[in-house]
Amino acid sequence: MLKKEGEIRIPSGCAISGIIDRTGRRSINGRTIVDSIAVMHDRSNGLGGGFAGYGIYPDYADSYAFHVFYDDLKARQETERYLDRYFDVVNMSRIPVRPNRNVVDAPLIWRYFVNPLFNRIQEDRGEIDEKKFIVDTVFYVNTYIDGAYIFSSGKNMGIFKGVGYPEDIGDFYKLEDYDAYCWTAHGRYPTNTPGWWGGCHPFALLDHSVVHNGEISSYDANRRYIEMFGYKCNLLTDTEVITYIIDYLKRKKGFDYEDIAKIIAAPFWEEIDRMPEKEARKMKLLRNTYSSLLITGPFSIICGFDHGLMALNDRLKLRSMVAGEKDEVVYIASEEAAIRRICPDIDGIWAPRGGEPIIVHASKEAM
Amino acid sequence: MGIEYLYPEFEVHRNFDRCIKCRVCERQCSEGVHFYDAEDDIMRADESKCVDCQRCVTMCPTRALKIVKTENTFRPNHNWHQDTIEEIYRQATSGGALLSSMGNPKDYPSYWDRILLNASQVTNPSIDPLREPMETKVFLGKKPHDLEFDSHGEVISKLPPQIELELPVMFSAMSFGALSENAHKSLARAATACGTCYNTGEGGLNKSLYPYGPNTIVQVASGRFGVHEDYLKAGCAIEIKMGQGAKPGIGGHLPGRKIGPKVAETRMIPEGSDAISPAPHHDIYSIEDLRQLVYSLKEATNYEKPVIVKIAAVHNVAAIASGIARSGADIIAIDGFRGGTGAAPTRIRDNVGIPIELALAAVDQRLRDEKIRNDISIVVGGSIRSSADVVKAIALGADACYIGTAALIALGCHLCRQCQRGLCNWGIATQREDLCRRLNPDIGTEHLINLLTAWNNEIKEMMGGMGINSIEALRGNRLMLRGVGMTEKELEILGIKHAGE
Ligand code: SF4
Ligand code: SF4
Repeated sequence: MLKKEGEIRIPSGCAISGIIDRTGRRSINGRTIVDSIAVMHDRSNGLGGGFAGYGIYPDYADSYAFHVFYDDLKARQETERYLDRYFDVVNMSRIPVRPNRNVVDAPLIWRYFVNPLFNRIQEDRGEIDEKKFIVDTVFYVNTYIDGAYIFSSGKNMGIFKGVGYPEDIGDFYKLEDYDAYCWTAHGRYPTNTPGWWGGCHPFALLDHSVVHNGEISSYDANRRYIEMFGYKCNLLTDTEVITYIIDYLKRKKGFDYEDIAKIIAAPFWEEIDRMPEKEARKMKLLRNTYSSLLITGPFSIICGFDHGLMALNDRLKLRSMVAGEKDEVVYIASEEAAIRRICPDIDGIWAPRGGEPIIVHASKEAM
Repeated sequence: MGIEYLYPEFEVHRNFDRCIKCRVCERQCSEGVHFYDAEDDIMRADESKCVDCQRCVTMCPTRALKIVKTENTFRPNHNWHQDTIEEIYRQATSGGALLSSMGNPKDYPSYWDRILLNASQVTNPSIDPLREPMETKVFLGKKPHDLEFDSHGEVISKLPPQIELELPVMFSAMSFGALSENAHKSLARAATACGTCYNTGEGGLNKSLYPYGPNTIVQVASGRFGVHEDYLKAGCAIEIKMGQGAKPGIGGHLPGRKIGPKVAETRMIPEGSDAISPAPHHDIYSIEDLRQLVYSLKEATNYEKPVIVKIAAVHNVAAIASGIARSGADIIAIDGFRGGTGAAPTRIRDNVGIPIELALAAVDQRLRDEKIRNDISIVVGGSIRSSADVVKAIALGADACYIGTAALIALGCHLCRQCQRGLCNWGIATQREDLCRRLNPDIGTEHLINLLTAWNNEIKEMMGGMGINSIEALRGNRLMLRGVGMTEKELEILGIKHAGE
């Protein structure tokens, strides 16, 4: 029998795309990102596609939105029992989908808007940070409840993913029904057939979502490091470990995205030696301290977060990635065509250098 | 003759058609094997003295010599090997414990040789070290837990004391006394030229080598020879030697005949007196005592030098390492059971300790499980024989490797394993003036630099093949390793998969 994601490490090539409106207005319809990623059809092989949308749930903006895959009713009941204990479930429903003949074997897909019940949590767990509790919940359900998998756990954002070409997955989830200030998308080309929806991308934890193209050669060094800090890399995918690294550096260590980029795609020592003294000192300290979080091997990633995104290439730029901007909207994709398809008259598309992050913040005013 | 007569292990084969009776072999052999028989005008050999150091073979101008293992044999027996029987004869006639040197030569499994490396194919590109930067710089020492920044985002945190190495290979502890001055000089100079470190061993540091201090690790062993304030401050790090792979649980003994004026001065002991290192440090009978020594050394050096604690790989090495990581030490050096020595009781050398590969894997995993891996760096030694062993060690979780025997081989050592006799024909493990002169420190330095340069290039090549361009991304990256011909248990301890998985 073929092993499922998490039981075996499966390398894959991919296509990625991202769009963000700097004004923070929910100006980008789901259709747009689907059109963009669809152009890069040949970079996927029908074994995985997915999207992350930010700002899509204005009515429940302050609740955590859990998107969950269930294999069966039993998994759902067990999960809901757990959620009921610790959360006020404001709204729950199946995520609306439309049949698509290229999308088969879909699991049960549910969505919950939840608010943590602090007195209950404290009774059981003592003082605990809210975000940590959410993370613990995700790890608990995904590790211990057989057949349940929370694949989206942020606020006012959501992941939509599955086995199929990204354009079919977008159609399946009716993404035209969602408007966002930021979208990212992923088309997957795994070298194996896991056929498991949970293994598709984006991968997300809280507000962080990551789409990634590449195969990182530092994987096990990164994994064994990050697992010291309470993360469990269950899926054995690059995207998972990258997400945890970003979550760790941001949420637990308080770094900004510029510094995070400098840690995971650190400049070479010879470049550091050429830097002005102050900068060199800081860089040396960062690289030295977090040496095990350096990511090597080819990657291009787009990491979405609350009101922003970061796009980053490995420091040798071993994967293609281009970017462009028009009318306050920034576009990033594996190929230029994916940008031109949705913004034909864009000027000045450029290829960011390896290790040089593009960090875009969206205004919070518009919300 | 009785049972004490043992047929010589090696035979000197001299091709008399080639021999020109130049008597070079005679002058070169410190063991007195070769001699000229004037009566018959012929070169002869007393093979009973031959240790197969290959010096005469190398120096003979006409290639007239070869040393061959004798075919004389006891009746073959798989249980009672010839050397086992001979050792009994020796002990039956002498009543002594057997002594030997260099590393354990027995046929135990080498795990390095059963581990294979990965390379990129199709799904990610390999990286060509000739075209792209390939980084092998490492820092040894603690990592800060949290970095602090002021309100302008300027870092205020400082790095704890660390050792910066241009490549993950250092020369391991070998004392002046066990080694000749020229050997030490070569190690010091090569370490400096290559941006790595050598280690004084327990013999102190001769004043003439103080200029190489930034690339010197000064050792504090149970005998405390040559330890004083300037010595502690002279190096870039201090190593507390708790044990050694070749003789775990055993102290050291440098016989008085090796203690000439310079060695005596360096060790701060009288000339000609035996230098005996006790088996334990008599102020360390427990882990909390170790902590005190770590902190006294730090105190003595203003907390400017990282402290290394070196132990032999023994059965519960992981638990010991965890204790050391909590003792305030910055680096732990683990020496495997194959590690070399200038002299050790044979039974100890051949039967005590465990393979470094297993010890390393267990320690690295244990420190990670306890979430203290960042508090300490791991250096491993005890038969690192090639750059491939280095790469495998780093992928298993080491920060850097120590090489001892390999460095001596680069200086000319032919592994005759007779260092304890002090008659090293290669000028390495000896204090005899005429023999010491055979090792030219300029050439020795050059050979060591060549060796490290070659290994570093090979390391880069292997890393590039794996698509890794920085050594940090290799450290602990066990997915890059596969085992061949191992049991489930061995794979489990090493934390790697079997080839084909
Ligand atoms: S060194 Fe060679 S040629 Fe010279 S005496 Fe010895 S065996 Fe003969
Ligand atoms: S150092 Fe000298 S005595 Fe020792 S094994 Fe090597 S060649 Fe023989």
